[in-house]
Amino acid sequence: MFQYIIRRILIAVPVLFGVTIFNFLIINLAPGNPVDMFVNPNMSVADITAKKEALGLNDPLWEQYGRWMGNLFQGDFGYSFSTYEPVISNIADRLGPTLLLMATALVIAYLIAIPIGILSATRQYSFIDYLTTTFSFFGISVPSFFLGLGAIYLFAIVFPIFPTGGMNTLGGSAGFTDTIMHLILPALVLGTGIAGSMVRYVRSSMLEVLGQDYLRTARAKGLHHFIVNNKHALRNALIPIVTIIGLEIPLLIGGAVVTEQIFQWPGLGQLTIQSIGSRDYPTLMALNFLAAITVLFSNLITDVMYSVVDPRIKYN
Amino acid sequence: MILESLKETTISTESSPILQVRNLKQHYPITKGILSRTVGHVKAVDGISFDIFPGETLGLVGESGCGKSTTGRAIVQLEKPTEGEIIFEGKNLADFSSREMRKIRTDLQIIFQDPYSSLNPRKRIGDLLSEPLLFHKLVEPFEVKKKVDDILEVVGLPRAYVGRYPHEFSGGQRQRIGIARALILNPKLIVCDEPVSALDVSIQAQVLNLLKDLQKEFQLTFLFIGHGLGAVKYISDRIAVMYLGNIVEIAKTEDIFKNPKHPYSSALLSAYPVPNPHLRNKEKIVLQGDVPSPANPPSGCKFHTRCPFVQSKCREEVPVLKGIDHSVACHFPLS
Amino acid sequence: MAKYLLEVDKLQTVFKTGKGEVTSVEEVSFQLKPGQTIGIVGESGCGKSVTSLSIMRLLGKHGIVKKGSILFNGLDLTKISESEMRNIRGNEISMIFQEPMTSLNPVFTIGNQMMEGIRLHMKLSKKEARKYSIEMLNSVGIPRPEAIMDEFPHSLSGGMRQRVMIAMALSCNPKLLIADEPTTALDVTIQAQILELMKNIRTKFNTAIMIITHDLGVVAEMADRIIVMYAGQVVEEANVFTLFDNPKHPYTKGLIGSIPHIDYDAEERLVSIPGAVPSFQNMPTGCRFHTRCEFAMERCLQQQPDLIPVPNDELDDHKVRCWLGEEELAATQPGNREVTV
Repeated sequence: MFQYIIRRILIAVPVLFGVTIFNFLIINLAPGNPVDMFVNPNMSVADITAKKEALGLNDPLWEQYGRWMGNLFQGDFGYSFSTYEPVISNIADRLGPTLLLMATALVIAYLIAIPIGILSATRQYSFIDYLTTTFSFFGISVPSFFLGLGAIYLFAIVFPIFPTGGMNTLGGSAGFTDTIMHLILPALVLGTGIAGSMVRYVRSSMLEVLGQDYLRTARAKGLHHFIVNNKHALRNALIPIVTIIGLEIPLLIGGAVVTEQIFQWPGLGQLTIQSIGSRDYPTLMALNFLAAITVLFSNLITDVMYSVVDPRIKYN
Repeated sequence: MILESLKETTISTESSPILQVRNLKQHYPITKGILSRTVGHVKAVDGISFDIFPGETLGLVGESGCGKSTTGRAIVQLEKPTEGEIIFEGKNLADFSSREMRKIRTDLQIIFQDPYSSLNPRKRIGDLLSEPLLFHKLVEPFEVKKKVDDILEVVGLPRAYVGRYPHEFSGGQRQRIGIARALILNPKLIVCDEPVSALDVSIQAQVLNLLKDLQKEFQLTFLFIGHGLGAVKYISDRIAVMYLGNIVEIAKTEDIFKNPKHPYSSALLSAYPVPNPHLRNKEKIVLQGDVPSPANPPSGCKFHTRCPFVQSKCREEVPVLKGIDHSVACHFPLS
Repeated sequence: MAKYLLEVDKLQTVFKTGKGEVTSVEEVSFQLKPGQTIGIVGESGCGKSVTSLSIMRLLGKHGIVKKGSILFNGLDLTKISESEMRNIRGNEISMIFQEPMTSLNPVFTIGNQMMEGIRLHMKLSKKEARKYSIEMLNSVGIPRPEAIMDEFPHSLSGGMRQRVMIAMALSCNPKLLIADEPTTALDVTIQAQILELMKNIRTKFNTAIMIITHDLGVVAEMADRIIVMYAGQVVEEANVFTLFDNPKHPYTKGLIGSIPHIDYDAEERLVSIPGAVPSFQNMPTGCRFHTRCEFAMERCLQQQPDLIPVPNDELDDHKVRCWLGEEELAATQPGNREVTV
């Protein structure tokens, strides 16, 4: 197992390397450059050129990339072009809120998806099943910005239960309950979107398990159908579901970008949008690097989870 | 009848073999570690040799994992053997160029156990049958349709079925299609890999009878792989018994059944439930334990862990297959 | 105490499908005495498994017993509540299945699955249940039972898993064991081990066994009585010797004639039944076997025969569902099998 993980990490290195090159190229291919974004009309052309020169933007691309890579090896992600703060500390400030949002959304998604998926599978083709399928269809197809705006309109304006955005009430005490109140809407919006597709996973996984011989064995032992479904079937149905966490994390990152923007949640998603707007190359590179690591890592977690939840799978 | 069958066997043993298998080995590596080092081999087939004569049926029996199917697949070149020679009509298959190999492939055909998964579900039967003909350019395109119709009739299916898809057929009919597909190329040798194991009893009889009839009509040679002893006995002239990748005994069918010399063959025969309640109380040899793993076979005679007559020599020395008409690989063969 | 342990009377089981009901088993009746072994023989789709699942009431959502009764110790299993049925399943009637590879739950240990039923029905503590499970595993010939308790099913061979299934089924000392193709998926030498084990169990626990199989060899070895099923109906019923020595129904004869024997010297040709089993959506009128029967008469096409006692039967335990009269049945007797010695 340990050997397997080492091997996977070694394979991940060249992949990561490729991802950074690809990102670097895409970012530089985008029209505009950082200096254009923050120049003010009073600056002279000479000033702009000097500024570009100082930031190293006139060097050939491969040289810029080499410099970035070299710094990375020393653990240096560089300085933000727009805030002049170290990228790493910018990211560190935003990481906490994003993790909080993503984790809550994931928990919500599972809390919605698992019971509903089981219900829908055990009563296949019933009214509940059709209702669930429709619900999941909405979850998948309604874009999160629409859902987000709808939620704000409904629960923050028509029924002012929750705040419209942010993480803490401005000038408030920023207590625990305050944060939770701010968290609920964005987490629900992000969680429902994911729950939509997850319900389908749970349903199909459960349906497959429900037809297995060992469930008939369990029933033949005289077990109550509740135990048969929720112990024997669920434990098997969860194998693919637990492991799709790894696949959901990249989706979460993508979803978080939009959701954070709508709810003014001070997380990495918001930072990403801001950095794209200002062509903040170092921050963007760092964010993409982080995302790539997360995706690769979550894939590894997926495979490791397999062997944890399924006794038949052993890696060597 | 006796005379006739005797005559057949004498003819076949006098002529030269159509297929010679020499020291065939099929090993699959087991890998481990960061660099996928090979730490061992699953010895599916571990050095077997036998001959098949024109027009005869050689039965290959043994329990799952004994290597009988692997042997069949190696003969029709579905897998490249790790070691050993397969000599067809006097020529080593390994020496053929890929162009010559294409010709040989029409001579060597295989019928699979599960006729459903071996037929492309999206193709009509007519297409499934005409495809190999067109690929090997065996007949002129305008003759293909007639040939397909003929072959359907030969295997006992109505010609009207050419437009149907595999799922529209029952198990027995699908196996007839599988047989038709093998037969349409005018092969010389057909490997029948458990062709009746997945079928119902009454359908098994239909397919076995069909195979027997076809053999006579087209002078076919069969390698019949099976685990149902009754079916193998019914169709085979000679039988080879395999255990853990080796042939432990090979002889004429009646010799094996009347006078098995290897303790494993004898246990296999005795374990077979006979459909005759009057014989239910006869003494049986019930082997203890399971078949050992082919990745880590026992030393000496591979059967020694389950053999009721094991002696110390069996644990140390590998027995070789000895004897001319009735060969057995055992240090202490039964008499 | 009833004379019979199990009395199945005119059982009819149907499955609800999108296109209406499909009758899978019809007019199935038989009796089983305590300690007796009955074999149910037939080809795939003849309704032999559905019959056993009807007894266990494990037909799933879409299957229902529509008519008939299943008396177990005088109690009609079709009438009792689900919770009463749960008390019987795994306790008084237990079942083992064809595929030992898929019949055990892959994510729980053998011990966990063994103890589940034991704790449920015998109300033992965890510790006692574990001890008892180990005893049971030991009694079905599993080596190192204590270690096996903590193993997962995938680490055992097919034969070992079937032994575990048997240990599990026997642990509550059932009066009836239903074995649905218990050895079909196993190799011949392992099949012999399992059949041997079942014979030992029968003498040791005096359990009645209902063995369902397509293999006439297995029933010839195990059963006291045999029921032959065809297309959802019982076509012949007799004790094992009568059935093999003097089969009456043309289907039974065809079935016996179509198995290649290993104890005959040489067989020129197997008897084969032409055609295939009809589907339930498309059941022939009259006798269901008439489409494949070489003795079919006008009457067979129109009227369905009943399962009636064979006339002039000395033992009075032979029943057949066929329009051929006694003389005609006798006339079909010899010759079907071309045996040359």
